[in-house]
Amino acid sequence: MPTVTLNKTEFEKLVGKELPLEQLKDRISMLGTDLEGIEGEEIKVEIFPNRPDLLSEQGFARAFSSFIGVKTGLREYNVESSGMKVIVDSSVTMRPFTACAIVKGLSFTDEKIREIMQIQEKLATTHGRNRKKSAYGIYPAKKIKFPIRYIAKNPKDVLFKPLGFDEEVTADEIIETHPKGKTYKNITEGWEKYPFFIDAEDNVMCMLPFTNSEDTGKVELDTTEVFVECTGTDLQNVMVALNIIVTTLADMGGKIYSVDIEYPDQKITTPNLKPPEMEIDLNLINKLLGLELKEKDAKDLLEKMGYGYESGKVKIPAYRADILHQVDLAEDIAIAYGYENFIEEIPNVATIGKENPLEKFMEKIRDILIGLQLIEVKNFHLTTKEDLTEKIHCKEEPISLQNAIGEHNHLRNKIFSSLLKNLQENQHHEYPQNIFEIGRIFESGKTETGVVETENLAIALCHDKVDFTQIKQILDVVAKSLGLTVSIKETEHPSFIRGRVGKIFMNNIPIGLIGEIHPEVLGLWTIQVPIAILEINLEKLFSFLV
Amino acid sequence: MDIESLIAKLHPLERQVLPVLKENKTLSAICKASKLQEIEVIRSLQWLENKGVLKINTSVTKEVNLDKNGLFYKKEGLPEKIFLGVLDNEFKGLNVITKKSKLSREEVNACIGLLKKRNAIDVTKKEDILHIKITKEGEKILGEKSPEEEFLEMKFPMKLEDIKDQKTFGEFKKRKELIKVDEIKKVSIELTELGLDLSSRDLGGEVVNRLTSGMLKDGSWKDKNFRSYDVEINVPSINRGKKHFVNEAVKYIRSIWLEMGFQEMSGNYVQSAFWDLDALFVPQDHPAREMQDTFYLNGKAELPGLWEKVKDVHETGGDTGSKGWGYKFSEDETRKVLLRTHTTVLSAQTISQLKKEDLPAKFFAIGKVFRNEALDWKHLFEFNQVEGIVIDPNANLKHLKGYLTQFYKKMGFTKVRMRPAHFPYTEPSLEVDVFHPVRKEWIELGGAGIFRPEVVKPLLGFDCPVIAWGQGMGRIISEYWKITDIRDLYKNDLKQIREMKTWLR
Repeated sequence: MPTVTLNKTEFEKLVGKELPLEQLKDRISMLGTDLEGIEGEEIKVEIFPNRPDLLSEQGFARAFSSFIGVKTGLREYNVESSGMKVIVDSSVTMRPFTACAIVKGLSFTDEKIREIMQIQEKLATTHGRNRKKSAYGIYPAKKIKFPIRYIAKNPKDVLFKPLGFDEEVTADEIIETHPKGKTYKNITEGWEKYPFFIDAEDNVMCMLPFTNSEDTGKVELDTTEVFVECTGTDLQNVMVALNIIVTTLADMGGKIYSVDIEYPDQKITTPNLKPPEMEIDLNLINKLLGLELKEKDAKDLLEKMGYGYESGKVKIPAYRADILHQVDLAEDIAIAYGYENFIEEIPNVATIGKENPLEKFMEKIRDILIGLQLIEVKNFHLTTKEDLTEKIHCKEEPISLQNAIGEHNHLRNKIFSSLLKNLQENQHHEYPQNIFEIGRIFESGKTETGVVETENLAIALCHDKVDFTQIKQILDVVAKSLGLTVSIKETEHPSFIRGRVGKIFMNNIPIGLIGEIHPEVLGLWTIQVPIAILEINLEKLFSFLV
Repeated sequence: MDIESLIAKLHPLERQVLPVLKENKTLSAICKASKLQEIEVIRSLQWLENKGVLKINTSVTKEVNLDKNGLFYKKEGLPEKIFLGVLDNEFKGLNVITKKSKLSREEVNACIGLLKKRNAIDVTKKEDILHIKITKEGEKILGEKSPEEEFLEMKFPMKLEDIKDQKTFGEFKKRKELIKVDEIKKVSIELTELGLDLSSRDLGGEVVNRLTSGMLKDGSWKDKNFRSYDVEINVPSINRGKKHFVNEAVKYIRSIWLEMGFQEMSGNYVQSAFWDLDALFVPQDHPAREMQDTFYLNGKAELPGLWEKVKDVHETGGDTGSKGWGYKFSEDETRKVLLRTHTTVLSAQTISQLKKEDLPAKFFAIGKVFRNEALDWKHLFEFNQVEGIVIDPNANLKHLKGYLTQFYKKMGFTKVRMRPAHFPYTEPSLEVDVFHPVRKEWIELGGAGIFRPEVVKPLLGFDCPVIAWGQGMGRIISEYWKITDIRDLYKNDLKQIREMKTWLR
């Protein structure tokens, strides 16, 4: 999750109040962010992905100041028209939306420049989904001649100097050689043209979604006015991103000016900081939270979360991206009320508990086997292909995962191979080692997902004098305990010794396998003690009982 | 212990040994006198020593004996003497000499070396064959009894320290299998005062070690004198059959929810993205859906009839009063097959099966969930989650805290705290912490909240509050058994499973 790092002194100045450390920690956690740690002057806070507006020190301080009651209610931001224009060309189909603004009256330090770069990066990672959904750029406005064109071009035809380069290159070189080109190339798969911002003097300002120009796209210490552009695939997303950036800059002391965006088919003016309104049903909120809030209480609580409220309608700050439904407001009311203030309550509702019958059955099987002095093991359902095939002389292909990062990248289609692994790893411990496992196996079949899952039981007896009789005795005890009879028919199986392996049947239906493991297989696991195995389908066994 | 109860506890072997101890002090003598085997005598002497009856002294002496060749030479004479005996004053070929001496090649070579050193023979080489004749010195040696012969004539075994001719002893030790030195362990005993007392007492005739069914059948037990055991002594350990300790905890957790009137849910590990994510209103471009977090399988899943309702909710909010995510829902994405990332998928499926008359209803599940992570001490790629939902028109946030507080109380944690959190499918969303009474700190155990209308309405058909939680169990379970490396929960070490204490809650 992304984090924001706050400088305690700076933060307190923005908030307008100093809190004792313990209280500060507590309030940060209860605002709906995770305090990661405080080190000296630095406070590191984890921000949940639904609140990109908290990713800057300014945004976080704004919310925190309201939350602790210093400056509550909706923040108003004035926007004046800059009279400047961005013309969107119909060619930018791959990234069709942009929203832009100008902010004046800023003064930068090295620290501030680094801060706004970081905000952009973090926003692009979360809100912009790693620049795929949206990406943002900030430019010293005085170096740019308006109107600006947002246009897609063949990268071979565009020459400019990307950030960090000291000479001009063709744009297609950027994709291959610029660090941002390499990182974000995957977003642009299938693009023939790439979108650019180009100013009235044909200076390339940036290539999307990669990099700004070294000449026109770099904020410096003497910059006082910036041009901000957000581009992406979703207008709403782009608009909110712009609002988050410009309100942050405004909180740094800037003044916001709008820009006219001329799309081929419409004309809009951005940013739009007019707070959207949402109706709220106080009854529903109270019901959901178990509270009895009056309208005045709700208004106070909403204002602590930075909202405005007027006669049943909530004014939502234009930088909030996460308010889809009034339940989202209910949550913020609950946060303002304080999660710690909800008193637990068990409702007086009668319901009858019910166990899953198969789970219950499996628990009984466990009890029977414990009575036979067996030890239960519990292996992972994911294992290696080798363990399921070569190492037990089997050829059936287990189901594979597409993208496992570890070596356990197949779903097991039998349990006994896991038991062999356990016995291999326990050779330094006391014998006899008689173990069992109840768990799922996976095979291809006709289901919604194409995978059939079955609960199986596997038992392995391992000691010096083990033989077929002993494992069969266990099977008989299990069957007898359930009031069932099983029969065995000789079969052949590559994991077992010939003539010492059988299929287990119940009412002529095959339910499992039983036998002595072949010495060659034992050799593959470097096991030097004989093993007898059985594995049965517990669901089939269970079906004979009901 | 008084002497009477000491006598009553004596093992039959001890009883057999004790009476002979006054007269016999060495192990061999005790064995002979008691008519027991050496191993039995040693065991009973050890027991008696533990009881303070006697003291065992062990001494080691070194004993020299003739070995195989030594015994042979004593009978047939030393090979160097035999060799000298077949020589002439004139050179004779080695082959002839060897044949005449009946010695082995090896012995002949040894003799040549030895006799040359003593100037007893002259050796020359003719046409590549050794020729040998006896010298004057040789004839003298042949006529006398040598120190070696005298050594062989001694009486063996001899104590090492009694051997005077150390020079010959040293030479013989170098020669093959001529003499050997054995270490003789001598065990002798010395009775303590208690032992002297005990050995002169009447041990009370025959005592019986074991009560047999034969004695019970014929009633002969009535005449028997049963030996008292030392009941305080340690006995060898045995093993029992045992459930895996994680399953012991799981069983207990199931019982808690059953007691609280919850029905158990179950379902597949392999699920569609539709059920696992889309039905829970997780946006299709949510970072958690990416390949590095979720295990995907090949193939495309079939979708249930209600999938289009879910699609509408994602795109526009449908009839839920929500704005929706405002994107175009991808059918391709929703049909992806994956390993369930949370048990909340079971809650979604359960809700979709419910009718109005089933409410209120409460469900729980304990099951494995999967995350595409590399195995390390803090992370597993599959682990247990405890899921719960309450579908109740009157459910609220306080109830959620109520159910979870009850649950954690039964798990041994009296203080439960809720903190704001974020999940795409709940609003409000919260993180649940419990206070660790020993470590005095809050531990984070998982998420909870009230399902969004965007989740409930398409599945249930109408809106209704559903309180829900999905809690990780690994930490609590590890905590209980003081396991610090989470991999140890599933390492299947039989010693660990055998010795792990039982779940006692």
